[in-house]
Amino acid sequence: MTSAATSTATTEGARAHARSQAGTVVDAMPVLPARSYEKVPAGVDPELLIWAETVAGGGYTSKVISRGSTIRLTDRGGDACAHLLLYNADQPWERLNMADTVKVPWQAYLGVGHPLLSDQARVLASIVQDTSGTHDALCGTSSRARNEQRYGDGSAHGRSPAGRELLLLAAAKHSLGPRDIPPGVSFFKGSRVAPDGALEPTGPAVPGAFVELRAELPLVVLIANVPHPLDPREDYQCTTLEVLAWRGEPTRPEDPLWSSTPELERAFLNTYDYADARGLA
Amino acid sequence: MASPDPVSEGTLPPGSVIVDDVVPPRAPWSAVIEAGRLLSIVDLEGNQAVDTLLYDAHDTSERYSVPDTIVAQGNVYLGEGSVLMSSAGRPLMTIVADGCGRHDTVAGACSKESNTLRYGHHTKHQHACAENFLIEGAKWGLGKRDLVSNINFYMNVPVGQDGTLGVVDGISRPGLTVTLRAERDTLVLISNCPQINNPCNGFDPTPIRVVITAPVGSE
Repeated sequence: MTSAATSTATTEGARAHARSQAGTVVDAMPVLPARSYEKVPAGVDPELLIWAETVAGGGYTSKVISRGSTIRLTDRGGDACAHLLLYNADQPWERLNMADTVKVPWQAYLGVGHPLLSDQARVLASIVQDTSGTHDALCGTSSRARNEQRYGDGSAHGRSPAGRELLLLAAAKHSLGPRDIPPGVSFFKGSRVAPDGALEPTGPAVPGAFVELRAELPLVVLIANVPHPLDPREDYQCTTLEVLAWRGEPTRPEDPLWSSTPELERAFLNTYDYADARGLA
Repeated sequence: MASPDPVSEGTLPPGSVIVDDVVPPRAPWSAVIEAGRLLSIVDLEGNQAVDTLLYDAHDTSERYSVPDTIVAQGNVYLGEGSVLMSSAGRPLMTIVADGCGRHDTVAGACSKESNTLRYGHHTKHQHACAENFLIEGAKWGLGKRDLVSNINFYMNVPVGQDGTLGVVDGISRPGLTVTLRAERDTLVLISNCPQINNPCNGFDPTPIRVVITAPVGSE
């Protein structure tokens, strides 16, 4: 019901009613301009912020960011799970390749210094900070079919949205479709592989834990915040994720990360080679 | 085609043979396997990685999914009983018989590009599985966007307690056979892996045999 003063029976009234909603603050929303965000991490110049958003459990977001930007994902409540897909924004057919991401570094578990590699043997992003240590490069995200089985519903509009449904929507905002959704990565919930190959879930993480990714190419970033597919709990539980990003520099040869392994050094060389030829170095 | 290998002959499922091909070393292969039919892959000379991708033949946007497969079975290794799931979380094929015991689905396919990271830029112009998938997939209207993480039959990739992982010496032998049943009409792309820089093919790519069988009573 609306009062007489804001009756929506007329266009003028409907307009006044719509405009009266401005300034509402909710738990999960973008803040614009990003530099006006109130909780800028210590050491980060607010003027460099390009993304400040909170995403509720069961929600998604996406953005195109420049080479050199740093993304910080924070598990504010200790029960978020950020499922990411990354694409080279210049040519989105080049995308995150999880097989190469674990095979090339000879390591299935993610941590500081681990590259997120594209299918073209370039670094899309580097993990440069991590206070969680609980991530997953193997299990991808949840499907609608699995969530129907687990929670009774997996639709994007339902009460327990599947990660893939949300990533399909996020992808569609960049004119990407179902063919463009490869296996992805998740942060703040993970899995470990037992000697016989059995997958065991890990987490939840610590409230306030964060991970920082440095974009080594211009990126389309898709993020869904949903329970990990191995989450053992009966209920669909997932708390709010904070997403921040700020401008910066890509990894350069003088950074110890550049030559930390022979494989990574060649990956950075490939990345620089592309960026240089493309005029992005 | 080459005469059937006497060791593998006994392990092929009964039924009428629809296709019986030998795939040369380094070559691609593809076919649509109708629902209910069986695809057997014979490692003729042993330790030959067979990179494989699956697509719903009627909607190729639904394709093999590593995460959906390993989450559904709660294990990263493939073997008899493994249901190979699609990106929509539905079964595409099931491994109904397996002479080898363990196959990889974590380490993906080799590519010219990733070879530069793994071995050095001198390997950039060596043939690779991604090339096979691209050229064979093109026959079915598939392109770069359609390549995803795959299955590596007969490839051995143990995951250590600390997460260390890598392609090590194979556990396959000449004549071992793995047989898959199509749960739906499934397009199968195979790359008979040309990799020569790691032990996945014993540093020497060899031929494989692929047999499509209609089980007894299904005709």
